[in-house]
Amino acid sequence: MLKRLRENKSAQGTLLALPTTLWLFVLLIIPLILTLVISFGKRSPDGDVIYTFTLDNYLRLAGYSTNCDNGQAACFDPLYLQILGRSLLLAFNTTAIVIAMAYPLAYFIARADPKRRNTFLFMVLIPLWTNFVIRVYAWMMLLRKEGAINIIIGTVAHWLGINFAPLELLYTPGAVLVGMVYEFLPFMILPIFTSLEKIENPLYEAAADLGASPFKTFLRVTLPLSMPGVVAGTILVFIPVMGTFIVSDILGGRQYILVGNLIQRQFLDARDPAFGSAASLILMVLTLIVTYFYTRKFGFGEEIIAA
Amino acid sequence: MNPHRRSPLILTATVLVYIFLYAPILGLMLYSFNASRINVTFEGFIPAFSENVVMDGSLVKSSPCGPFHWYCDLSKNDDVLEAAGNTLTIAFTATVIATIIGTMAAIALQRYDFKIKPFSQLSLYIPIVIPEIVMGIGILTLFSQFFGWFNGLLGLTGDARLSMGIVTVTVSHIAFMVPFVTLVVQARLQGFDKAYEEAAMDLGANEWTTFRRVTFPMILPGVLSGALLAFTLSLDDFVITFFTNGPGSTTLPIYVYGLLRRIITPQVNALSTVWILIVLLAVLLLQWLQSRDAKPQADLS
Repeated sequence: MLKRLRENKSAQGTLLALPTTLWLFVLLIIPLILTLVISFGKRSPDGDVIYTFTLDNYLRLAGYSTNCDNGQAACFDPLYLQILGRSLLLAFNTTAIVIAMAYPLAYFIARADPKRRNTFLFMVLIPLWTNFVIRVYAWMMLLRKEGAINIIIGTVAHWLGINFAPLELLYTPGAVLVGMVYEFLPFMILPIFTSLEKIENPLYEAAADLGASPFKTFLRVTLPLSMPGVVAGTILVFIPVMGTFIVSDILGGRQYILVGNLIQRQFLDARDPAFGSAASLILMVLTLIVTYFYTRKFGFGEEIIAA
Repeated sequence: MNPHRRSPLILTATVLVYIFLYAPILGLMLYSFNASRINVTFEGFIPAFSENVVMDGSLVKSSPCGPFHWYCDLSKNDDVLEAAGNTLTIAFTATVIATIIGTMAAIALQRYDFKIKPFSQLSLYIPIVIPEIVMGIGILTLFSQFFGWFNGLLGLTGDARLSMGIVTVTVSHIAFMVPFVTLVVQARLQGFDKAYEEAAMDLGANEWTTFRRVTFPMILPGVLSGALLAFTLSLDDFVITFFTNGPGSTTLPIYVYGLLRRIITPQVNALSTVWILIVLLAVLLLQWLQSRDAKPQADLS
């Protein structure tokens, strides 16, 4: 039998790939199937799942409510649609800001002296190696009423002779946006840098020789060639922002709910796994749709691994 | 146009982004020396050394460790030490397993043809395109449903019941780490010519010898960077751990998160500072090792 295996390349390949494939199948694919099945189920009185087939959870997400003020049997409650919309908007805003901040930095590093390039890149990575939760905590300290940002504004205001009452910056939507930008900025810098680094100098020289202004060179040469990096970065930023719940939990306060918080609470506080599973599937489908259209338009570069 | 020309606009933006990246971390570190126990405003450094800790209200006046009072305090915190131990145990175990099976899969996908290959390849992209929380609650559901069924089947009660703990966290970590190892090693395998392996076989080496003497040394840098990536992913992970941990398997990120919802003393800042410095040291060491290794290799090619 061993001899047959030695000659059978196909069986060897299968055996080598089997542990990984099986592991991913059991821990990623089966859970997804389970989530799908449970999302059609119902909550049992003790917070478990009753397996059945009902669309109630999805209807509830879409705004169908049986918990009405005016005695009606059913009414429209946009609560969950608002949460979805808020999460999408936040993910778009975060991605846009992160691109605007990451691009100049990546450009600077890619154009820097090759000897120093690694140092600059390393400096981008250091904050990334700081733990995710610690980074949120750092912003919590900065944004507090007594935090550094209020102290700086207060000092400047004092010099200018303006009266200044410390602002409540923490527990605002702005705080969540800043936190998200901070968390995911390095994930955009690295892929953009990777694609910018590949553009060779003769290309710039050719553009200049042909009479293109620096601005036009940027628009016609640099930008299109760096798009794979921007696309990879967008995927690395957009998807996690859509699902993260710690940032909003700590910087946004209890009232600021994103899809991630909604799902988390169904599994821990509200104990309604069926509804949580439905919300989770909707989140997944939304991110997959956005990723699909985005990558279909711009392609799915190898830059994604570089990060 | 000179390609190395520095636009002042880009330089300014670069400096600002670096400040944005570093200011929060440096602030965090500064507050780890805060004399104030409440840690809301910075009340200066702890000024003096003394036999015992001397407090004035919420201010630490002097301490056996002087300005490093909170670091000493931290080293006596059993919860932190336990969480640190758990974090490292999980990260080491998961990295070893993920690196071995991930490398095997990379070789299979890059050098062999087999029936389930498209499926194997595709499943690697799941953790990249699906939000972590979706995976987290899926795995939580899998474990809780399976444990419920299994415990009921065998009639297990009390401590004998299967429940969430260090094993479930480790097993789940491997699931999201493996794809990264495989993709990194695959990229490395793509980069070198199959001819080296064919030459070894022509010279009479069998497959195992070829792997041990030719393939493995060539992909080793890829395997190591894949393992490092996997290790840092595990250390850093919050979401998957959050949904799969149980009593006694708290990791550092989970521990810190728990603290953030209660009173925060400068001890948390001290913990964060130690953490950042350890990770930084580890990465610098690795960079140094790699740069030392890179030189003889460059000569070979």
